[in-house]
Amino acid sequence: MGLTAPAEHRTVAYAPESQEGWVATRLDFLVNWARANSLWPMPFGTACCAIEFMATAASDFDLARFGMERMSFSPRQADVLICAGRVPFKLAPIIRRIWQQMPQPKWCISMGACASTGGMFDNYAVVQGIDTIIPVDVYVPGCPPRPEGLLYGIRMLQEKVKNERAADAGTRDEMEPDPNSQLYIPPSVIDELGEPFGNSVNQTRSGL
Amino acid sequence: MTRFEVVRTGDNAPAGQPVTQRNVPHRGAEANPSANALQERFAAAIKRVEVIWGETVVYVDPGSVREVIRWLHDDASQRYDFLSDVTAVEYRDAEVPIEVVWHLRSLPFRRFLRVKAQIPKGMPLEIDSVYDIYRAADWLERECYDMFGIRFRGHPDLRRILMWESYKEGFPLRKDFPLRGRFSRSEQLRQALAQNPEARYSMEELTIADAFAELPQDMRERLSKGERTGE
Repeated sequence: MGLTAPAEHRTVAYAPESQEGWVATRLDFLVNWARANSLWPMPFGTACCAIEFMATAASDFDLARFGMERMSFSPRQADVLICAGRVPFKLAPIIRRIWQQMPQPKWCISMGACASTGGMFDNYAVVQGIDTIIPVDVYVPGCPPRPEGLLYGIRMLQEKVKNERAADAGTRDEMEPDPNSQLYIPPSVIDELGEPFGNSVNQTRSGL
Repeated sequence: MTRFEVVRTGDNAPAGQPVTQRNVPHRGAEANPSANALQERFAAAIKRVEVIWGETVVYVDPGSVREVIRWLHDDASQRYDFLSDVTAVEYRDAEVPIEVVWHLRSLPFRRFLRVKAQIPKGMPLEIDSVYDIYRAADWLERECYDMFGIRFRGHPDLRRILMWESYKEGFPLRKDFPLRGRFSRSEQLRQALAQNPEARYSMEELTIADAFAELPQDMRERLSKGERTGE
């Protein structure tokens, strides 16, 4: 009962010359508009940046204005991974698994100096920037960034989402480095480039 | 009936109430009475007693640490019933041996005692565990092992606690450990990503082990085959 519409309701009649009841637009625009204004964040807060993130979500700054009021604590229902705080090596496989569990389309905001570069924790335990583990769309600088800074980063991400095109097939590909590619840089060379002042093995604390 | 109890502190404090000490000298303040009691009872094992900023440090022979701490815990005149911390110190001066430190607190007598044992140079970094006296020593000793490489004899489950299980670079708080680790950054990242984040829980740690009998049949089968990871 009620599952099948009566015959007179199965078709919709409209007059093309009428301006009411329909709208013509680009599909990309419509999809991106919907996506950009309903980004659900997956908060990955590990340090003081998470406190600023909570302040951003609270009523003073009100993340809900941008369609983000629903914190998705399950990665499977999230659109944006917001990494707020330093990531130690022990957490590296965990944040990567959380990223892999998020469905496409997905984006990532690296919030704060530690998540973006390792910050002041240039030591044995901390990942030197989460972009060595997962792709990052927006870096928010600051130690920690103020809520205005995070909101600016979120607005930038919304701009990025609004300018995506469904025709770009490569946008959503997860690329693994191909060792046979001409552009491939082996890890040893990356280490040399990343540590211009010598191997970390030779650097001890206190000048010993 | 008063709604608030007025707590008077400092010079106005009533007799018997703990007072915050003032003008404590760097060295030579009054020692904790437990230090004298220890020297009377374990004369040979107590190497020396120092009082630094009003806190008593007792240097104990590494072989008799367990005996001393057992007595401090059990004796009716001491009753050190709370183990605050187990840690170690390595000094910048390579001649000074590594010290293992126990912070003991006696709640009934309001006493604090710091027990230190110096592991002589050239000896293996081993010392007796106090796990059977204080259960709190479990994770504290694991942390001390993880950071300094000191093996606690008699600890039931001595393995890394802060770093992951397969960490191969050594013991980070030792003075010969480079600040950025021994391996290159890309190698560190490769090894970190290769770890299995769920493999560090032993079956004893999982509360699921306690409820094994009530688990569903398929889960019991999976666990009994030795499968330890979730998902």
